[in-house]
Amino acid sequence: MAKNRLMQGDEACAMGALKAGAKFCAGYPITPASDIMEVLAEKLPPAGGRFIQMEDELASMGAIIGASVMGRKSITPTSGPGFDLMQENLAFAAIAQIPCVVVDVQRSGPSTGGATNPGQGDLIQAKYGRSGDCPIIALYPNSVKEIYKTTIQAFNLAEKYMSPVILLLDETIGHLRESICLEEYDSMEIIERERPAIPPSEYHPYLADETGIVKLAPFGNTQGYRYVINGMHYTIDGMPNINRANTRRTVETINAKIDRYEKDIWIWEEKNVADAEILIVACGCVSRSASEAMRIGRRAGHKVGLFRPITIWPFPTEPLVAAMAKAKTVIVPEMNRGQLVHLVREYAPRDVKIVPVSLVDGTVIMPEQIVGAIEEVGR
Amino acid sequence: MSIGRFIKEKEFPLFICPGCTHGTVTNAFLRAADELGLDQNETVLVCAIGCAGRIPVFLDFNVLRVTHGRALAFATGVKLARPDVKVIVFMGDGDAVAIGGNHFIHAARRNIDITAIISRNEIYGMTGGQYAPTTPQGAKATTAPYGMIEPSFDVCALAAGAGATFVARSDAYHVAHLQKTMKNALQHKGFSVLEVLTSCPTQFGRRNQLEDPVKMLEKIRDITIMKSAAEKLTRQELQGRVVIGEFVDDERPELTDIYARLEERFGK
Repeated sequence: MAKNRLMQGDEACAMGALKAGAKFCAGYPITPASDIMEVLAEKLPPAGGRFIQMEDELASMGAIIGASVMGRKSITPTSGPGFDLMQENLAFAAIAQIPCVVVDVQRSGPSTGGATNPGQGDLIQAKYGRSGDCPIIALYPNSVKEIYKTTIQAFNLAEKYMSPVILLLDETIGHLRESICLEEYDSMEIIERERPAIPPSEYHPYLADETGIVKLAPFGNTQGYRYVINGMHYTIDGMPNINRANTRRTVETINAKIDRYEKDIWIWEEKNVADAEILIVACGCVSRSASEAMRIGRRAGHKVGLFRPITIWPFPTEPLVAAMAKAKTVIVPEMNRGQLVHLVREYAPRDVKIVPVSLVDGTVIMPEQIVGAIEEVGR
Repeated sequence: MSIGRFIKEKEFPLFICPGCTHGTVTNAFLRAADELGLDQNETVLVCAIGCAGRIPVFLDFNVLRVTHGRALAFATGVKLARPDVKVIVFMGDGDAVAIGGNHFIHAARRNIDITAIISRNEIYGMTGGQYAPTTPQGAKATTAPYGMIEPSFDVCALAAGAGATFVARSDAYHVAHLQKTMKNALQHKGFSVLEVLTSCPTQFGRRNQLEDPVKMLEKIRDITIMKSAAEKLTRQELQGRVVIGEFVDDERPELTDIYARLEERFGK
């Protein structure tokens, strides 16, 4: 029976993972992400899943990839320093094309920073934190409801595109309690990775068909699909090989599939962009302050709109450019020293003025701070 | 049946140097796999980086070759996801007890049903001869040009101390012993560790007056002593000797079994 309940963001993430069919979670304690694995530690075993607390985040990341190789949907939650450690094996998941979901409940950094304070310092790291040309998909919800929904979407994208997916949360939302009715999302599609259709004798696991997406048979299958999964550049059979052709093919195919399907991966929200001369671009918890600032600005007669990327990587460039059509000024409030603003600068027309609004004191940007920027611009 | 069916000959030539004894370890494994009738579809070999970590890709099993030192972490996920699948991890000594040391002791503590085969050549071969945590004191390496100044790990004592329920050491010279011990390690239920003394003439031998592969093997022959013989000697008499044999063979509840019992409680 449908009912509203009060739920914390971290718990909504765990519930979303279960709804998406997650059967494996490995994690290491870290504030403010531990709540996610605590819920999964309780709920996975009765649901036929497995939870294990590993010795560190390197191991957690390795374990979830191992479980995914066996065909189990897998997730690990972490934050700042743990996310740093996970970069190594995230790159492995990307090159070997193993689906999995990594939740980074961002906190104030760098290093230990402020474990219980919010920050949005991992935006760029989510994409560029690893060596090599490493592709990634990253989603960034801004409410408890949306955490539930995007967690399901994260698993779907991982399975569909055979890729690791990062879920960026804010400490603020991870620990926020809001009303949610889980049944509202019952009709959401749940996607499972495709299995190979060709017989084992003709099977080349890393030779993608016309879709550009590999179909990796789970290890331990009894049909006889036996092959190598490996983190070096590889042949179509997964064998390590670094000749020019294999190097190029590996790097290109793992990146090209994300490029090719970016329109399917992009999720964003826009408010009042049609006539917006002042556009606010914000994500996560800051977008909620931005939304309020927009309302106040409109009331004061300013044509303010809001563009909120929910998919952060690949960055929704075309939707942003469209939202900036009428913009003379773009305000970019964020809880870091300026990360999202780089992307906005890259895609904004030259005559658009960019106004960064930065806050790095471990608190959330309040609507007043953004209203101040709007008034400054509108003067 | 021939063990040739386990080998992907079309992927040859192998990358290993002449005189390398990693092949001896592989041979012992394949013979044991043959005798035990391991199902190629339902066996997962996990390995990582370095010479010892690369060999399994030439074997016709499901092979997961991962990041340096992390093989046991990945293998833990593999085994928990599919407890019915046989999981065997191949590592070098640097892989297992330097960069992967943390994963090694925790896999042992958990007593998860995985067999870890560790080739101990006491050097980083693939990267050009740097010292390992197993390099004997005084031996030369590219990063120990004046001789190794650090003490080295006793991998078997480490495994036993951390809770592994099967711990054994063998070597590339005593192949009959190696094959028997390999079979026992693979048959053990729980976390089993087999350390195998191997030789690296190219990276270790050349810098330590042992460039002749035969001389290296003879050295292994000369320094090793069977556990039964060692038990009759004093500590003094055992100086400079390496004991081979089975040191631990215990029964302790295995992690995936404990999990299965937990599931029974939920009526699954």
